Amino acid sequence: MDVKKTISRGMKMELEGVYPDRSSDEALERKVESILSLYGHDSSQVIAILQDVQAEFGYLPQTAFHFLAERLGIPLVRLYGIATFFKAFRLTPRGRHEIKLCTGTACHVRGAELVKDAITRELGIEVGQTTDDLAFSLEKVRCIGCCGIAPAMMVNKDVHGKVSAVTLNKVLSKYK
Amino acid sequence: MCTDTGCRVCGSTGVYEAFVEEVRKARLGRRVEVKATGCHGYCEKGALVVIHPEKILYVQVKPKDVAEIVSKTLKRCAVVKRLLYKDPESGERIVHEGDVPFYQKQMRVLFGNNTRIDPCDITDYIACDGYQALRGVLETMNPRKVIETVIRSGLRGRGGGGFPTGIKWRSARKAKGERTYVIGNADEGDPGAFMDRSICEGNPHSIIEGMLIGAYAVGAEEGIIYVRDEYPLAVETLTTAITQAYECGLLGRRILGSALTFDISIMRGGGAFVCGESTALMASLEGKMGEPRAKYIHTVEKGLWNQPTVLNNVETWANVPRIFLHGVDWYTSMGTGDVSHDPWGGSKGTKVFSLVGNINNTGLVEVPMGISLREIIYEIGGGIPGGKEFKAVQTGGPSGGCLPESQLDLPVDFDRLTEAGSMMGSGGMIVMDEDTCMVDVAHYFVDFLKDESCGKCLPCREGLRALSEILTRITEGNGRSGDIKLLQELSETIIGTSLCALGSTAPNPVLSTLRYFKKEYISHIRDKRCPAGVCKALIQYRIDAIACNGCHACFKVCPADCITGEAKEIHVIDQDTCIKCGSCYEVCRFDAVKR
Ligand SMILES: Cc1cc2nc3c(=O)[nH]c(=O)nc-3n(C[C@H](O)[C@H](O)[C@H](O)COP(=O)(O)O)c2cc1C
Repeated sequence: MDVKKTISRGMKMELEGVYPDRSSDEALERKVESILSLYGHDSSQVIAILQDVQAEFGYLPQTAFHFLAERLGIPLVRLYGIATFFKAFRLTPRGRHEIKLCTGTACHVRGAELVKDAITRELGIEVGQTTDDLAFSLEKVRCIGCCGIAPAMMVNKDVHGKVSAVTLNKVLSKYK
Repeated sequence: MCTDTGCRVCGSTGVYEAFVEEVRKARLGRRVEVKATGCHGYCEKGALVVIHPEKILYVQVKPKDVAEIVSKTLKRCAVVKRLLYKDPESGERIVHEGDVPFYQKQMRVLFGNNTRIDPCDITDYIACDGYQALRGVLETMNPRKVIETVIRSGLRGRGGGGFPTGIKWRSARKAKGERTYVIGNADEGDPGAFMDRSICEGNPHSIIEGMLIGAYAVGAEEGIIYVRDEYPLAVETLTTAITQAYECGLLGRRILGSALTFDISIMRGGGAFVCGESTALMASLEGKMGEPRAKYIHTVEKGLWNQPTVLNNVETWANVPRIFLHGVDWYTSMGTGDVSHDPWGGSKGTKVFSLVGNINNTGLVEVPMGISLREIIYEIGGGIPGGKEFKAVQTGGPSGGCLPESQLDLPVDFDRLTEAGSMMGSGGMIVMDEDTCMVDVAHYFVDFLKDESCGKCLPCREGLRALSEILTRITEGNGRSGDIKLLQELSETIIGTSLCALGSTAPNPVLSTLRYFKKEYISHIRDKRCPAGVCKALIQYRIDAIACNGCHACFKVCPADCITGEAKEIHVIDQDTCIKCGSCYEVCRFDAVKR
């Protein structure tokens, strides 16, 4: 994945105000501040804080980083390190529908790779990317614990089992 | 009825609501209680409904079936035959849960209560003897005696390493520090395993009780449960359980009137496999990147915040109350070896596996240690679907190995599995049939670990990348003649020089497949052929002119428009435009598409 490209794309989307709920920096800061006070500004809780910030905005906006670094007294580089180390965090906005393709071992041996190819063919996105109309984004996840119905994928909160290159279209059409 | 994540996918939430509604309509509210419980294990047949006290099991229940169950079974004590489990061989219908082959060979010590307990109601757990073990311990034992008991029980860690739990506790008790921590590891990084999740979601109090006993034994006042971020329901259930335990005075100050003070909090992981490793986990609890450190000093002496720390897997914790409730003799009656003098002497108790892959009965199984892999796969798991041949079983997650048919009589035992080149691991058990390519499997695990390597030490970071490169080239048909030797040498270097167990176990899948399935590597490298028909670069899809009856199904699904042929005529795939998506292979009902 081209990291530079995705980050600059994320910033572009931010600038264009794709996400209206963070129209102003003050509004963002107010929200982040209220999350911080939940944890008593405790810098050892930084992972939980980042998780909550992400739950609020759907991703970790750039401005939030600067604000968090200042308020928690942590160097920006360490915050950035944590945010890129853990897979749960993302630095770019996601599509309205998030596809999480399970690539656990059971799904792998039952053909998850072919499903991935089919998604790429259908939507024109690779893992980690979002479609240009912001409708879908694609991510790989480890086992979602639905091995009984492998290969499985999640679209938003719905789990779909026994997906294949052939049945994929039917699943996706529900969200189009 | 089961409302665990797996059954929810099969619509169990709707079934639950239907039950509540129908029972209300039938005015049975006083005599019937509808309970949403944790995982029953038989995920293949979800949604599962068990009717107590008779233990009638209904499988694959849909909301529309509920009215019939209520009117027949609940009102008139008659069974609904079509919803009973059907034995695949004899075709007979089986009424009681315990008689179904899937359950017969199991020993459900940890999971047994899952079908009876509402995980969000502490009184259910208490009604099943919950917190009795804790009471007994507080009233009759001093901490030293507790530790001794755990050592004598032979309990070994269920998180992968198999280290004797009691010995770990003893070291922590001896270690000097200002305070001691106990941690429950529910990070469950193994892709293909979900038993830790099921314990958290199905019987959270058993973990809390275990941690309480551990805290008393080592003198800790603070506990943390580290849960994977991908398990929102587990976090929710554990939070409820902890809140209720506080309300009942089972957490907090002066527990059950004793001097014990203990608090538990929950921490959500950040989605990094390496954070399951003890030092990395503790680093991330301190709000740092989850990088392991060298363990010259063990974490039981200097762990979280440099204080003595006991880290155990949640399944290990759940075992603890059972040992105190039923006694050491009972516990050691299950399993292998002799642990009366040495906890390393055998494997005792039960182990939960998530049995998945190419197997008829997918689900969670809890078996006594010492049972053979063959019994698990064929008697509990019901064998391989579609009449295919068994090829390998993979245990131990990404750090484990693949065992072939010839090793199936191995018992489930920490040391024996390690000797055979695999390991017990945390409990993933993936069954693979003849259509699985072992080179591809090795490649899959190496790629997984390459992505998950934290990058701190060079052998793991660069070594796994090199392994992956070699395997990629083999699966793409560009393997070279020295590659097998290179894989072996590289693996040994990585094992010998990596900082943490992620790196030092990472080559296991490669080495074990090389040991048992070398022929497949040779086919890929020398003959440029993938015998299982998986590696895309090495296969071609063709239509067998004799078997094809022109049903036109493949023509319709081909996304590349590379199939030609009119209805009722023989179809042909154009190899130049074929993208090898496998769609035609999947839809052909006449086995005419070959690869
Ligand atoms: C890379 C790596 C990943 C691990 N992941 C887990 C895990 O997901 N869950 C777990 O309980 N233990 C995991 N472990 C093992 C832990 O380091 C530790 O041994 C275990 O939690 C101790 O508990 P136990 O003695 O009860 O098994 C992992 C170890 C390594 C090296």
